[in-house]
Amino acid sequence: MRKILRKHECLLLALIVVLCAAIGIKNPSFFTLVNAFDLLKSSVTLGILGLGVLIVLVSGNIDISFPAIAAFSMYVTCLLVPALGFTDHIVILFVVSATVGCLLGFLNAFFIYYFNLPALIVTLGTGSLIRGCLLAFVGTRIITNLPSSMVEFSQACLFTQALPGGETFGLAASFPIFVVAAVLVWLVLNHMLLGRGIYALGGAPEAARRVGFNIRGIQFFIYGSIGLLAGLAGIIHASNMRNANPRDFRGIELTVIAAVVVGGASITGGRGTVLGTILGVLLLVIINNSLILVGLPTEWHKVIIGSIIIASTAVTAWRARGRQLSTVPT
Amino acid sequence: MNDNKNNPPMMDRLYRLLDPLHIDRHVLSLFILVGAALVVMSILNPGRFLSTANFQSMAFLFPELALLSLAMMLTMLTGGIDLSIIGTANLSGILAALILTRLLPGNAGPGLTVIYILLALVTAVACGAVCGSLNGWLISRVKISPILATLGTMQVFLGLALVITRGRAIFGYPDAFLALGNGSLIGVPIPFILFLIVAVLLAILVNRTVFGIHLRLLGTNPVAAVFSGIRVSSVLYRTYLVAGIIAGLTGILLIARTNSAKAGYGSSYLLQAILVAVLGGVSPAGGFGTVLGVSVAVLGLQFLASGFNMLQFSNFAKEFIWGAFLLLSMVINYLVNHRRNK
Repeated sequence: MRKILRKHECLLLALIVVLCAAIGIKNPSFFTLVNAFDLLKSSVTLGILGLGVLIVLVSGNIDISFPAIAAFSMYVTCLLVPALGFTDHIVILFVVSATVGCLLGFLNAFFIYYFNLPALIVTLGTGSLIRGCLLAFVGTRIITNLPSSMVEFSQACLFTQALPGGETFGLAASFPIFVVAAVLVWLVLNHMLLGRGIYALGGAPEAARRVGFNIRGIQFFIYGSIGLLAGLAGIIHASNMRNANPRDFRGIELTVIAAVVVGGASITGGRGTVLGTILGVLLLVIINNSLILVGLPTEWHKVIIGSIIIASTAVTAWRARGRQLSTVPT
Repeated sequence: MNDNKNNPPMMDRLYRLLDPLHIDRHVLSLFILVGAALVVMSILNPGRFLSTANFQSMAFLFPELALLSLAMMLTMLTGGIDLSIIGTANLSGILAALILTRLLPGNAGPGLTVIYILLALVTAVACGAVCGSLNGWLISRVKISPILATLGTMQVFLGLALVITRGRAIFGYPDAFLALGNGSLIGVPIPFILFLIVAVLLAILVNRTVFGIHLRLLGTNPVAAVFSGIRVSSVLYRTYLVAGIIAGLTGILLIARTNSAKAGYGSSYLLQAILVAVLGGVSPAGGFGTVLGVSVAVLGLQFLASGFNMLQFSNFAKEFIWGAFLLLSMVINYLVNHRRNK
């Protein structure tokens, strides 16, 4: 029992409960079903991206090109699908966007695996490359006439309920995608050899290699899947915004990485759980959405997010201290 | 780095001759690359690129990126990275700008103005030192990995800059201060002189002091560094402190040249600073890298940037090119090292 209580996820959950209670007391409109559904809807994009970042962090690396990948696959899909005369169906849009994202992820894996380069710098380069390519050669125009299936998708709701005023509200249709993605990532990480390989790579790369894990396959899976998830998130984001803006997602990498790190994943690899990531995302979304409810100016957002990154990494580092064998900095 | 035994005697002698200057093979090949960039841009922009005006403007522009790249190099030598240098430069610049615009009385005489300018300079450098020592503390004592620690502090510094200015630009400094960014001393731009001073001091620090040797040893082999009795956390702390101070200085240059300070100004320099450091032969894994290499790499990048500007490339095209350049230079580095090790 004490072991469960001392887990990182428990700490987070307690923090979320306390935070919710505090905000609810200050502003009772926080505790309504409308707000709850709204929070869940806002956590979908961040959550899906967070799952991708979790996989990379567990493998002991970092990827900061995924915002560019998300923007690229979103924009290209919204251009291509109507132009090529594909059937206008949301599933096709998702498949195309995820494929584009996955291929761009493979580009990262290619540089990281074959040239043995640090992932941070590679993805800094590819991120700039992809974003530059998108804006310089593909287009800078914001697409406002999205495929009609995307508009329908953004309006679709589950558990529809009526407000007193006659309007209806419900849980966004994109939320189940997040749930399915989370379950799949959890299955891969915890119940497949592939997942064990990712943890092993993060814990001790050389040992993972000697044990005989297929490092090439694992690396391509890691960066491919974060690209794929970024592609999905791109379509969901565009349908929520009702337009495809190639400049979107800039700077979101920090928020996503913050959420995952808050969720207990360590950047030195080998640690991190899906549940922790989900809680981390929820915590950040609640903070983000509620700063306004509590009445804090938006200029403070950056400072608060930065402080959260520092505080949570400090906690993780402090907890890891006992497990470290030497004082060698990593 | 100089595995002289594989070279023909002529080259061997050349390398040995250049050895006291710490010029290695990588820097020599960099010189060739920079020369190529110069030639290509001169051909693409006939008459305009090879002009005194262009070189003057480049000498004003490039010290900012050069100083940031040197700060980046220093942290990369230890195997770390400092993503917060732009945030530090921003915050320092904004504090200095506040002193020059809010505190300085409108009717101040020349003497008082100079005192306030000095105060602004000291504040900016002190702010850089505080930011740097926060990074150093987080990395060396709390033991957060450099990427995450500086990612967090970058947000905090930029956020504080935003909170202080509320997103507005601060402008209108005394002329004597603007001279720091736009003036010349016997024909040489003052920012360039400042860069030379910092570069020489840094080269001495890295190559000629005990701290510098410890720093490079730490980057080459952290385990060996611990067991040879180097106080790792103290070396790390001081590394980030110095990087912060350089970033603070850059903040002054930035606001003095543009006559305005704004939160988030210069954020595109982050990618470029890393690009320059990698291009200049700094190994991201730590240990290798020289001040000269980085300086030559900045020069090359500035040639390209000015050339592209003349060709009227959009910022997006440049973003694309920098990304491609970063990847390409790392791949080439890898291939060259790989072949040498065989």
